[in-house]
Amino acid sequence: MAPALLTVAVTVNDETRQLTLPDDTPLLFILRQDFALKGTRYGCGEGQCGACTVLVNDLPVQSCQTPLWSLAGQKVTTIEGLAPAAMSRVQQVFLEEQAAQCGYCTNGIMMTVAGLIARRPMPSRHEVLDVLDERHLCRCGAHMRILRAIDRLLGADGEPQA
Amino acid sequence: MSALPASLAANPRLDGWIGVDAGGTVTIRTGKVELGQGVVSAIASIAGVELGLRFEQIRVVSGDTVDAPDEGLTAGSLSVEQGGAAMRWASALVRALFAEAAAQALGVPVETLAVEEGAFFQKGRNESRTYWDLRDAVDLSRSALDLQPPLLRGGSLDGAMQRLDLPDKFAGAAFIHDMMLPGMLYGRIARPPHPAARLVSIDRAALEALPGIVKLVVDGSFIGVVAERDEQAAGAVILAATKTTWSRDAELPAASEANEWMLAWPLADETIFDEAPAPPEHVALRHAALYSRPYLAHASIGPACAVADWKDGNLTVYTHSQGVFPLRRELAKALGMDADRIHVIHRLGAGCYGHNGADDVALDAVLLARASGAPVMCQWSRSDELSWAPFGAAMRIALSAGVTAEGRIVEWTHDVWTPPHVTRPGPGEGLALLAAWHLERPHDRAPPLSVGQPSGAGDRNAVPLYDVGARHIVHHKLAHGPVRSSALRSLGAHGNVFAIESFIDEIAEMTGQDPVEIRLRHLTDPRARAVVETAARLAQWDPAAPGGEARGRGIGFARYKNFGGFCAVVAHVEINEKINLVEIFAAVDCGEVVHRDGLINQIEGGIIQAASWTLKEAVRWTDKELLMRNWEDYPILKFSEVPRIEIAVLAPEGAEPRGAGECAAGPTAAAIGNAVAHGLGLRMRHMPFTPERIIEAINAS
Repeated sequence: MAPALLTVAVTVNDETRQLTLPDDTPLLFILRQDFALKGTRYGCGEGQCGACTVLVNDLPVQSCQTPLWSLAGQKVTTIEGLAPAAMSRVQQVFLEEQAAQCGYCTNGIMMTVAGLIARRPMPSRHEVLDVLDERHLCRCGAHMRILRAIDRLLGADGEPQA
Repeated sequence: MSALPASLAANPRLDGWIGVDAGGTVTIRTGKVELGQGVVSAIASIAGVELGLRFEQIRVVSGDTVDAPDEGLTAGSLSVEQGGAAMRWASALVRALFAEAAAQALGVPVETLAVEEGAFFQKGRNESRTYWDLRDAVDLSRSALDLQPPLLRGGSLDGAMQRLDLPDKFAGAAFIHDMMLPGMLYGRIARPPHPAARLVSIDRAALEALPGIVKLVVDGSFIGVVAERDEQAAGAVILAATKTTWSRDAELPAASEANEWMLAWPLADETIFDEAPAPPEHVALRHAALYSRPYLAHASIGPACAVADWKDGNLTVYTHSQGVFPLRRELAKALGMDADRIHVIHRLGAGCYGHNGADDVALDAVLLARASGAPVMCQWSRSDELSWAPFGAAMRIALSAGVTAEGRIVEWTHDVWTPPHVTRPGPGEGLALLAAWHLERPHDRAPPLSVGQPSGAGDRNAVPLYDVGARHIVHHKLAHGPVRSSALRSLGAHGNVFAIESFIDEIAEMTGQDPVEIRLRHLTDPRARAVVETAARLAQWDPAAPGGEARGRGIGFARYKNFGGFCAVVAHVEINEKINLVEIFAAVDCGEVVHRDGLINQIEGGIIQAASWTLKEAVRWTDKELLMRNWEDYPILKFSEVPRIEIAVLAPEGAEPRGAGECAAGPTAAAIGNAVAHGLGLRMRHMPFTPERIIEAINAS
């Protein structure tokens, strides 16, 4: 049976495109193929590893579990859209802390962190750990550095900004 | 100081390593590749010091069968040691040639020249000549073999150096998965449901009718789907499971305690040491114990991917393999074509931790591109990655020892049973690529590669560094196992060191010795003693710390391969329904430090990954199938489970650099096991130490 095609105006990083695709097409593939935004990574396709995390209306979601039909009128932000002209503070701090080994899981984690620290009040380290445990995996063992970067972003070194 | 490095001797032309670009940069070419371990940045830093360049003035080409030297594999913690040494030597030779040309141009003696930021100058004088000024005056096609050994500056650019690859990765496209060639199609593979299954029938029409499907490739039991979009190919592969029927040629053996199934498999014994036993009257106490680890998955976070592009009978392959030259040779064999017509280029992949599916997916992409007449990116799924990449081999290790009345070990027996640890693409007969075995006209499987002592493979670190008197050490090599296995970070060292270091602690307990004390008593190498002492001090080791109250501390030590990095680890654990890692302290000596943060990153990662293997990981199967579909089937350490880690780096003057990626694995496993034994009063001899295993051990005691 042919899948039901759907036309949706998808908005990513303030750019809108009309896309006609099967209605259950995951956002991950739309980002990577239709928008050629490659900073959102394919890791498992089952919502278990978090490598594909993006923001939808400023909330972190796993793009492999986000179908096209849910995207109408939504605002998607990817790592490329955090600070289009430069690096966002999250990226900058992760870079300063060299918070990666292979870096494949990192962008998803940075998107989750960007979503969490934009909240008011700011989440506690404990809350962040809960979210990381639930949604993100790192295989290289860069956890210490990732947590160090997050601690800085949570405000230990001054007023945080997303 | 040292001899011409082997990589440079094999590729002696200097322009194969270094080229001065037109625009103010110098391009270095290395056969070592970035696997997420930061090694290309470290090698660039070495080149920068020798050439007198800033980091930003260096461009890097790495892993390319046309544009970079053949340095074999990026593996075995040898990249800085070998690739770094070759780059250091080549860079120093190039600097010397340019210094001579600069001296001539400036009319001054060469020994009065300094070089900074690529400019040669006399101190106090304004006039200078740069690499770029002299670009046409210096011939880099010369052979390193014809030049005098250079003066090496040594050291690295700067301790705070940042990784070259991270900015692009953090910003967007960077990985092989992110490539987009014009007209590129997307391929996925529908693998058999079981390692020994064969295709009986397939409903081709049902699959070909799916939207976006460009080509369905069925060759024997190899089924590939090529589509306009990745998710179309992925969807077709999921559907293929219901549109195919398979036969089963063999069953998987039932899981058994301590991998006892191994004893029934074909094996060959290799005796490493057969020394005459100690006189029986010297032995007051005998002890024996059996240890094991299961098969482990590499479990890269980014599944394997490759891009293949055929043009006029020539083939270009983009890969995240650890060795572009071995892969080229293997592809040439598989395709029956001349290797000169295959160009293999490294592109960044996720961390691999050894021989994973990177080489396999390259052949997958090549077969699909050939069938569809377009460039194809082949992407493995999570389930492909977890069930079809080679596993780290399971191990069964039996130790026994004789101890004097004074608590000194005088006799030592180590038997290790294990399937192959190295089945990479190699020079011999047969093929080491998965798809080649599934074709209608299948290729034979390449036999495992032999790695002798002192490196060893399954027997890596089976020889203790301790003075243990008479040694009898035997490697019982299974010809193959029920599932595919190959190199996983540290090979047999994880299991062997875990066993040796657990056993030493058992002897310490039986003879009333402190674990740190018994190690120092049997170690003579001052660098070995230094890391043990430093780790103990860092952890505030207390010989009198009471155990048995669900809190424990333990130590583990090894020198990787007995000639690589020294590492001692102390673990502090708490045990309730599961084992919580509270703190881990490590002392390492990997000789000269090229990139301090890179070294620490590798040790942290090595500790965390080994902790994950030791506490949680096991490849599981039933008699019918592998249970390795996703991360629920194969859990790894979570963020909240990672301990605080503190690392002391020792770097004795004049000690040559050694790789750091693998030296922490065995000591970490042992430290955790010993800490659990201290905390519980119970010895866990079989990894992983899951909550179920702890309960079993408590019930059995």
